[in-house]
This record gives sequence, structure tokens and C-alpha cells, in this order.
Amino acid sequence: MTQETDIQEEVEETKHSNSVQFLSFTLGEEEYGVDILSVQEIRSWEPVSRIPNVPSYEKGVVNLRGAIVPIIDLRERFNLEHSEYTNLTVVVVLQTILQGRSRTMGLVVDSVSDVNNIDAQLIQSAPDFGTKVSTEFISGLALVDERMLILLDVKKLLKLDGVDDAEEDDDES
Amino acid sequence: MSIDMAQFHQVFFEESFEGLDIMESGLLNLDMGDVDSEVINTIFRAAHSIKGGSGTFGFSAVSDYTHVMETLLDEMRDGRRQITQSAVDVLLGSVDCLREMLSAIQDENDIDEVSVAEHKKALEVELNGGQANSKTVATEAPEPVVNEVEATTNKSGWKISFCPHADLLKTGNDPVRMFRELGGLGDLEVIVDLQGVPPLFDLDPEECHLSWLLILKGDIQREEIDDIFDWVEDECDLSIQALNSDEELVNTLQSEPSNVVDQVISAASLAIENPVNSESKKNIPAVAKPVKAEEKKAAASTSIRVDTGKIDTLINMVGELVITQSMLSLVGEHFTSDKIDQLKNGLVQLERPTRELQESVMNIRMLPISFVFSRFSRLVHDLSTKLDKKIELKLVGEHTEVDKTVVELISDPLVHLVRNSLDHGIEMPADRIAAGKSEMGTITLEAYHRGGNIVIEVKDDGKGLNKDFLRNKAIEKGLLDPDSVLTDKQCYELIFMAGFSTAEKVTDVSGRGVGMDVVRRNIQSLGGNIEITSNLGFGSTISINLPLTLAILDGQSIAVGNETFIVPLGSIIESIKISDKMVNRVAGKGETFRLRDEYLPIVRMHDVFKVESAKATKLTEGLLVVVDGQGVRCGLFVDDLLGQQQVVIKSLEANYRRVEGVSSATILGDGSVALILDIPGLVRLSNQ
Repeated sequence: MTQETDIQEEVEETKHSNSVQFLSFTLGEEEYGVDILSVQEIRSWEPVSRIPNVPSYEKGVVNLRGAIVPIIDLRERFNLEHSEYTNLTVVVVLQTILQGRSRTMGLVVDSVSDVNNIDAQLIQSAPDFGTKVSTEFISGLALVDERMLILLDVKKLLKLDGVDDAEEDDDES
Repeated sequence: MSIDMAQFHQVFFEESFEGLDIMESGLLNLDMGDVDSEVINTIFRAAHSIKGGSGTFGFSAVSDYTHVMETLLDEMRDGRRQITQSAVDVLLGSVDCLREMLSAIQDENDIDEVSVAEHKKALEVELNGGQANSKTVATEAPEPVVNEVEATTNKSGWKISFCPHADLLKTGNDPVRMFRELGGLGDLEVIVDLQGVPPLFDLDPEECHLSWLLILKGDIQREEIDDIFDWVEDECDLSIQALNSDEELVNTLQSEPSNVVDQVISAASLAIENPVNSESKKNIPAVAKPVKAEEKKAAASTSIRVDTGKIDTLINMVGELVITQSMLSLVGEHFTSDKIDQLKNGLVQLERPTRELQESVMNIRMLPISFVFSRFSRLVHDLSTKLDKKIELKLVGEHTEVDKTVVELISDPLVHLVRNSLDHGIEMPADRIAAGKSEMGTITLEAYHRGGNIVIEVKDDGKGLNKDFLRNKAIEKGLLDPDSVLTDKQCYELIFMAGFSTAEKVTDVSGRGVGMDVVRRNIQSLGGNIEITSNLGFGSTISINLPLTLAILDGQSIAVGNETFIVPLGSIIESIKISDKMVNRVAGKGETFRLRDEYLPIVRMHDVFKVESAKATKLTEGLLVVVDGQGVRCGLFVDDLLGQQQVVIKSLEANYRRVEGVSSATILGDGSVALILDIPGLVRLSNQ
């Protein structure tokens, strides 16, 4: 009972302070965060079934309790150096609604670090690096314990090149 | 206390649509001469429940309407009224009207008041007209009334000739609005005369060059009509005549429509942005509407009615599963090696309920094909009347069960095939007699199981397909090389080509030459195939072969390197080991091999799918699986065959994307994912 009320209070608190919870994870030296409400689960890395003739960052698909879920290597997606998969490598399974359909996808990251409450007002918009650094997936930057957290836009992250773009065009026409 | 009635709406709609289906099939089965009172009772009960339900939920338009129907049916039921073909037709029309009203309410659209009023009027006319013939109701009562107001009232209706002057529109009068008002009074037929319309360049869009002939049927006062034309009396030439006899009405109606069609067509060719066009469109709204309603209906049907027996079996299976599970967990709790036999026993026990559970769940999705077949009696009834043909529809094997998805998706292609048989297949009665056949044509719809497939046949005893005619037509249309030699089967297959139509004249029933190719594509997308056989002069048979279910597939696992793929068993012809002698190269690259009399391309799986760990790189080291996918044959070069198994089809696209050469995925026994190959896609991929 007490635990429950605690949680409730916490929820109340977060509402009042207008803060958002982010799950943070690391890729090399960098720390990223995604909206915790879109995180379905965190799993350890397990071998995938490769899909032929797709971009190399789309590692393959796995069976997630009967559903076929694609696994994306976030390091490769962000053009970071590839690292070997170890026992610590985790897969963050994200779920969001894209074009009216629920879409589930797994992201391979180095490790999951924390859950952070971030005041929505303190989120900076992503700085413009010109063409040097692609910021298409970044929704903002936040400061957590003197560290910079790069917040990711889950919807954009879960869009697949060549598939969803085409669908969007269809919708428009 | 307030109850949210909206939660019951879905049930009401479902039941009402079911009731309408019952009414429809009942009406179609009514035999004019010898009426089965039970059939009338069934129709009456269905109408009554719809009336009651709609009253409860406050859909007063529906309940008022149904009330009129009910009155008519009630008189039929009590034997106070004879059942005539015209009454049945009016009732069938009102079933359609009710269906539209209900779907409009369901989709929260506005009810088309005009068409409802028209149907209601027709019902009331039938109700009143019928009374004169009926035995028990006194006929004297209405007559004096008619005599009294003879000058101003007319039972059968009015013929109004309305020729507005050119500046009618400038005075703010809109004929469309007036016609709508007239339509509210009774059954309105609008015939437009376009002869006054000048050529496009001389046309002033603000001027009215149209004139109309209006036939208003029903019991209407002259004053009511005068009221409507009151404002425009000075700006038009108006003549209002009473329609005295039904004969005159029929004559006018019969002679006019053909003109109208010509005029509408010529109007359409005039110009697209022409105001004339938009006016003439008002005459044919009924054509466009039903289509829209059908589209919505397909999207809405999501629930499924299941036989309680099926659910009981399911519950039994689940019970056994639970018992076995608890037994197994007991064994697992303090597991020692001597309990291994117990564990094995338990696993064996687990197998049966699991398999049966799978079967029963699949069974729930199975619906009798009669869900599709039943609608055809109406279609054949309507179309044969329209085409003046005498056609009997025979349904065989209606209880054959098919997966729900198949039932939903097969319906449109079937409608197309039946329409084709009706229109092109069956001859006119006179021609049939001349050919020594009975006047009555027969269309047979038959469904039966064959192996793991369901076969649906559309058979007619019409004139059959003329091979030479088909061939010449195809050459004429440039679809076929004049020198090509075709087998009978290939000749018949020509009708599946896009842009091929043999009908001399395009009718609204069929003959536009889009369709058969779409039918074939739809059926192939369901994993089935379509075949046609014909006997000139004796009719043709189109048979559709479909998998029983779209959720499970018989597959052959193949190994390529470390990866496993599934090939649909149905598409495998044979697997062979080949020798170097059998292989030929085309242009140094494309590999083919000779299988009996055919040269088939070789698709190297590890190349196409970029498998790095492939064991066999020389053709003699691996196996060639000869496959046929929608007419495309090739040899898949793989490392090894693994085994056959039933696999559950999982969508790749749900969370991911469409992958070229892969149709879907499945989960293997060890929990890993294997891809199911799409043979035609694979061939395309290897050609790139």
C-alpha cells in the first residue's frame, strides 16, 4: 500500500513540476535519452535472423513473444564505430504509433544507465551543426548531473528509410 | 439512472443487418403461387425486431419506415393481401433502403431523406393500391373522395413539363431545390432535355438552357405542386398534366430513358467544367451511392459469431492444458534425473491438447461459405430481370468452411465472375431454345474441399468460350503475337489479360475489360489460383483454388549457410541433384539447367540473399529445388533440405518493412525467426 501511494505521489510530483521521464543509455562516450513512455522493455542481446538486402544497421528480426520485431543497431545508425556485442549489450524495445499503426522495434545500445526526470522547460533544442552532424533524430539536449543527455525523437527513430517516406508521400497525394 | 445506450448500438446494427439478410433471402424464396406462411412469418419477425430495436434506440426514421413495411407484411401474413411480384419487388427495394439507412446511422452520416421518402411512398402506394384488390377491406370508402376532388387530386401522379427561361437562375431560383421539394411529395422521375444547350464557347454559365420533364407519382394535390412552382411561374413555360392511366406512365418512362442516356453522354462529352454536366448528374445519384455504402461496410465488420459448440471444445482443451501444465511444474519443482520419464510423459501429454487447441482456434475463424454464396441469389435475381434472361442459381456445398479472411476477400472476385457468367455466359431465352437448350439457364456455385485447399467453382450452361474468337480478339488488341501457337488452356487464359474484353458492347454489368485480370490478381494474392475450362455451346467452368487458411502454411525448410528459409510446399515441384552437364550458361553469366524439355534459370540463394556462410558454392555440391510461383519456374540452389513442417505465418510488415523476395516470416521450434520465400519476388530479385 505505502509503496503504491509513494509511486502515486511521485507521479503527482512529476505532473506538477511538468517534468518528463527519460531512460538514458550510452553509445560509446555519448549519453542518449528516450521518452520512458515509449519504452516497452529492455532485453539482453540475442542473435537475430538476418534480413537480406537491407541497410547494415538493420541487424535483423527476432521473435518477441510471437511478434516479429526488427532490431536496429543505433551505433551504426548514427555512423558511430561498430563495437562487438557483449554480455552487457542491451536491446531497448520501443513502441510508438506511426501512421495509425503501433510499431515495435528494438535498438541495440551499449548499456542502459538511468531514468532521469527532466523539466520540460530546461530542454534545449538541438544546436545546428550544419551538415557535419545529422540532427534529424535529436529532439533536444538536457543537462543531467553535469552530463549532457541527447534526447531522441522516438517517432523519427522508428521510421525506416525508404519505407515510411514512401508511405508518407502516398498519404499526401 | 442513465444507461449509455451507445454500447448496445453495435449489437443492434449487427442484428438488424442479419435481420435484413433474412428478409432478403425470405423474399427471394417466396413462391408466388404457393406461399409458405412460415416464410412470411420469418420476414415479418425480422422486420418487427428491427422496428422494435430502432424504436428503443431512438432511430425514429428507421422505425417509422419499418412500420409501413410491417403493415404490408402483416396483411400478407393474415392472408388479407395476395402476394404479388410487384409487392415483393417493393419490399426488396425497401430492404435495400433500410440497409442504407442503418449504415448511414452506423457511420453517423445523414440519412438520404429523398430516397427514403421515395421508397416509403412506393410502399404506401403498394399498401393502398393493394387494398383495392384485397377481399376484406371495403373498397367503397376511398372512391367518393376521389370523385369529390377529381379536379385537383390525382391518384397516380402528375406529368410536369418545365421549360425555364434563360434568366431563371439570375432571379435566384434553383431548379435542383425545387425538384428536391417535389421529390418530397412522391416518387419523382426527372428527365432532362439538353437540346437547348449551346456549344461550349457560346455558353453563358449563368443562363439556364435546360428544360425538364418531371414524372411525379403518388397521391398528390395539384396545389402542392403549384406552390412549388409559384415563384417561377412567370419565368418559365410550365404545363402540369395529370397522369391518368398507368399505361401512359409506363409509356413515357419507357420512351424517355434511352434519350436521357444519350443526352447525358453527349453532355458529358461537351465539357468537364460545364454547368450542364453538374445538373444532369443530379439524375443519377443512385448509381454512386450503393458503392460507397459497401466500401464502408467491409471496413466495419470486425466481430465474428461463433457456434457455442466450438467454444465448448476450446474450453475443454484449455482445461486439459492447465492440468498438464500444473503437472509439469510439479515435476520441475524438485527435479532429479530419475524424474526424467515423468517429464517425457508430461511432454507427450502436452502435445495433444496443444495441437487440438490450435485446430479449434483455427476452427473458430472458419465460416461456412454460405456467407458469401447467400448474397448471390439477390444478385442473380436482380440482374436476370434487368437483362431479361431466365436464370436459376444453384448453390452446392454452402456449408464448406473457409477462413474468415478468405470469406471476406473472395466475395468481390466471385461477384465479378457471377456477373460475367450472367452477362456473357448465359444466352437470351430465345437463343437458348434455338440451341436446343432449356429456356432457363443455370449458374452453379459450388464449394468443396480438396486436400488442404478449398475449391470454388462458378459453372454456367451458357454458350461457352469460343477459342478462335478469343484468339482473334487478342491479336486485334495487340495483346498476342499473330504467329503464336496456343493450347486450349492458354486460349482461355487470355480473358485474364489486362485490357481484354470480348463484349461487343460495354454494359453496366460487365464488358469493360478491367476485372478478370484484377480477379486473378486478387486470388493470387490470397495464395490461390484460378482456372477456366469451357465447352463451346455447353458452358464454362471457372474454378478457384484457395488455401483453407491464410494463417498456416505447409513449408519446406531449406538451409543456406547458417540460415534457414521456408519454401511454401505447394510451390515445390521437385528437388534434384544436378551434374555439370545439365548446366548451361547464357552470356557467360545467367545459369540455366535442363529439366526434361525445359530450360529453367538457376537462382543461387546465397548470392541473392548475400549469405556469407554458404557451404555449397559449386552447383554439384548443393541441391536444386525446382519451384513454381504463379507460373514462374526456376531452380533454387540451396545447401540442403531440412524438413517439412506447418508454419504459422507472421507478418514482417507489421513492425518492419516489406522485403523483396520474402513474403512473410515464421517462428521455428527453437524460437528463432525464419523467412518465408516469395518465389516470384525472388526470381525478380535474381534478375536485377
